[in-house]
Amino acid sequence: MTKRYLFILRKAAHSGIYAQEMLDIILTSAAFDQHVSLLLLDDSVFQLKKHQYPEKYGMKDIAAIFHALELYDINDIYSESESLHERGLNVDDLCLPVQTLLRKDIAEHMQQFDVIYSG
Amino acid sequence: MKFAIQVNSSPNHCNAGQTAYYFIKAALELGHEIFRVFFYHDGIYHAFKYSTPPDDEQQLTRLWSELAEQYNIDLVVCISAAQRRGLLHSDEASRKGKQDNDLASGFRISGLGQLLEATLVADRFMIFG
Repeated sequence: MTKRYLFILRKAAHSGIYAQEMLDIILTSAAFDQHVSLLLLDDSVFQLKKHQYPEKYGMKDIAAIFHALELYDINDIYSESESLHERGLNVDDLCLPVQTLLRKDIAEHMQQFDVIYSG
Repeated sequence: MKFAIQVNSSPNHCNAGQTAYYFIKAALELGHEIFRVFFYHDGIYHAFKYSTPPDDEQQLTRLWSELAEQYNIDLVVCISAAQRRGLLHSDEASRKGKQDNDLASGFRISGLGQLLEATLVADRFMIFG
């Protein structure tokens, strides 16, 4: 049995262990051969920002874990244009290819999924 | 309707776990099925056997245990989230050379696969907290 999953990330990389635990669910879903798509909203756009050096502070490199998504065939990564722009970022600042959606189109985008996983 | 539920916040951090409890109770009383309740992130704090609030406060862990017994529902605590936060079943504790047995009755410890299975089987999946 397969379903279409949309994981909506909203928090920055080092918001406690939250981002790491969300990635664990995302990778588990993909390991179960489900169709997995991600949507980065709000501060979660920082999760993919290039040039992070968390190891200096004893933290895991969240962006590096995101690279594992490609190995699991997770290529549908979307971000909200406004979330990027409000934080002075654009897609070139991110370490993975990301498609952008306008805020007004997000609700319609969500319609195509069976499970919306808010994180 | 068959529901899968995830609880993400601790009993004392906010009311989401309590809201989940009352939602589940109401759904069961109306004849719906709760396929599984999965405790993730700080939600695992609901399963601590030794949480001991003052007598005049709600004993949420005990309420979950009683609900599990009454309706035979599956309360699953994520093993990795639990171990991170120091909640260990006696088996795991001994494997790690520790002495502990923190899991309240009615709960069981398992992995994220149990969450995935629940989202696949259920008609509706709801996250609290």
